[in-house]
Amino acid sequence: MLQTSRAFKENATSAMANAGLQRALARARPQYAKKRQAAVDRLPEFEALREEAKNIKNHAIANLDFYLETYAANVEKAGGTVHWCATAEDARKAVLEIARRAGAKTVTKGKSMVTEEIGLNDYLEANGVTPVETDLAEYVLQLRHEPPSHIIGPAFHLNREDWEETFRKSHTNLPADRVFRDTRDIQAEARLQLRNKFFAADMGITGANFLIAETGSSVIVTNEGNGDLTQTLPRVHVVVTSIEKVVPTVEDTLSLLRVLARSSTGQDMSVYTTFSTGARRPGDPDGPEEYHVVLVDNGRSGMVGTEFQDMLRCIRCAACMNHCPVYFAVGGHAYGSTYPGPMGSVLTPMLAGVDEAGHLPNASTFCGKCESVCPVKIPLPGLMRHWREREFERHLTPATMRYGLGLWAWFARRPGLYRSATRMAALGLGLLGRKQGNLPRLPFMGGWTKGRDFPAPEGDTFFARYAAAQRQRNIGGRP
Amino acid sequence: MSQHRQDPGRSAIIGNIRRGLKRGPLPADQQAMLAGRLATHPRHLVPARGQGDAASRVASFMDNILREFGTVQRLPDFAAVPEAIAAYLAAQNIAAELVVSPHPELQAIPFTEKPLLKVRFGKTGPTDPVTLTQAFAGIAETGTLMMPSGPERPTTNNLLSDTAIVVIRAARIVGAYEDAFDLLRAERGGMPRNVMLITGPSRSADVEQTLELGAHGPRSLHVLVIDES
Repeated sequence: MLQTSRAFKENATSAMANAGLQRALARARPQYAKKRQAAVDRLPEFEALREEAKNIKNHAIANLDFYLETYAANVEKAGGTVHWCATAEDARKAVLEIARRAGAKTVTKGKSMVTEEIGLNDYLEANGVTPVETDLAEYVLQLRHEPPSHIIGPAFHLNREDWEETFRKSHTNLPADRVFRDTRDIQAEARLQLRNKFFAADMGITGANFLIAETGSSVIVTNEGNGDLTQTLPRVHVVVTSIEKVVPTVEDTLSLLRVLARSSTGQDMSVYTTFSTGARRPGDPDGPEEYHVVLVDNGRSGMVGTEFQDMLRCIRCAACMNHCPVYFAVGGHAYGSTYPGPMGSVLTPMLAGVDEAGHLPNASTFCGKCESVCPVKIPLPGLMRHWREREFERHLTPATMRYGLGLWAWFARRPGLYRSATRMAALGLGLLGRKQGNLPRLPFMGGWTKGRDFPAPEGDTFFARYAAAQRQRNIGGRP
Repeated sequence: MSQHRQDPGRSAIIGNIRRGLKRGPLPADQQAMLAGRLATHPRHLVPARGQGDAASRVASFMDNILREFGTVQRLPDFAAVPEAIAAYLAAQNIAAELVVSPHPELQAIPFTEKPLLKVRFGKTGPTDPVTLTQAFAGIAETGTLMMPSGPERPTTNNLLSDTAIVVIRAARIVGAYEDAFDLLRAERGGMPRNVMLITGPSRSADVEQTLELGAHGPRSLHVLVIDES
């Protein structure tokens, strides 16, 4: 997809001024956290399951080569084909080649972030194959030519009137003066419009939440049922997925499923959890005649053995963004990449390069909420800090920030000077802001004080107070 | 395996992973250990909910179906099914016609005793309003139905109708997902082409976080728990 991560700051500024977006964000924010908490509260074993989920994924990654090869062998045993794609371009080409060999003109699609990541839709369209998104949210976004803003609820940034306007403009086969009484009418219209497309499609593309080495199965998790229709009705089913999705066994998958929906939508279990293994078998009344897996790397194997290896545990539940104060200030589009929020801030620089996405790891308050809700315990703030270090090392940080940090470091290496300088600053600022208790403006910090006041220091610095307390104790402690 | 060695994508990916892990292919003894883990597929922690004796499993299965916006009804035997379906459809104001999956248990139901019910065995089409299917197992933990594909259980019958009616024998209600997959391994000897775990009717909250049932799959899911074993 189009990367605009470079423009994160500009994107964020315009997002914060976008009233419609802010309304959508305010509506969603309290719900996500509340639903997850309720689901967690209903399952006393949840914390223990998080630890297990983490261990399962760690085991899979530590033996990723073995499990991928076992998985591929079992897919082939079940009559499927695996296409190993090192790059996004390899993956796009592999899908197009499958479509061409199948003579596919239209392709239905279940929601898949990997196909967004590799920019599949535009590529297929440019090559004469029409993709039709069938997830309700992805469908409206395709009609609006907009990227997703969230990995689970891709269109949650839209308000009802946006949906209605788009449907009126696109569904010209329906009376123009029809009335949408409630959200149910919007959903019903999409269902009717898409029903025939499911049957007409020559090929169906889905993603996968998990790949099971033991059985060669791909697993999708949906609530609408569109992914299942996509993979059942057309003659050819193509799973576009990535290498870190492989887990050893069915039992490993079941343990991960127990934390996935709860962390994501606050459901105990998604409505449809479907295991697909190969193509239609003798006697089967339905199902695809061909089953392909396009296995995408696109930079992931390069994370193995690095400080970013933990990120490969991610099961794409979206809990991190659902609890992120930065995400809820600017929304998903500001990040300018397929994967927004904390997990995206770690993953995007890996996929798109730190030059492109270096701003993203800075879009964090380091409040740590993301890590505390992650079902596989990824240390997201720590990983963002690694990116910041890399960005600094590569001189990608803005000059003012580098000089500022340099100046601070010069003082910090001279403790005596540092202490007296900070003490003087604290006293001075305390005097300046004595009346109001805060400072509306500070020299050289106009950017910072534009949006908030600086609290005026009350009393001495920490070092001075600590030293005073120590002296007090020593005096008092002596017999 | 020889043609795989020449697959450049495969060699690049596997090579890169091994470089990251700072090793070559796993030594034979470690491969054997992992193969053993695959063969024995050990369980992890299974939550206490859903466990318990048969009666409490059935009770929590039924509770969880209601929680997930489904409806559920308990019947003494298969002979009671036609009457129950006719009454359910009448109460919903839905025409009394249904597509029934060609499962032996469903084929044995005495539909002819309820002549007002129009029954067709086979696969659901794009506009069939009601389907009747049979669940391979029920999972008490979350009120989930296990529907493995096969000649007797077309996958599309789980998905296309507005109203899905599912029968399940009470004796087939297990505690956890793992128990259901154990049954599947024992009775089907491996993974069928498609295994759906269904928890409630289709839904979406994509429009303004408002939950609406019946996105692309059934709007209503009605489960008939049959005590006859």
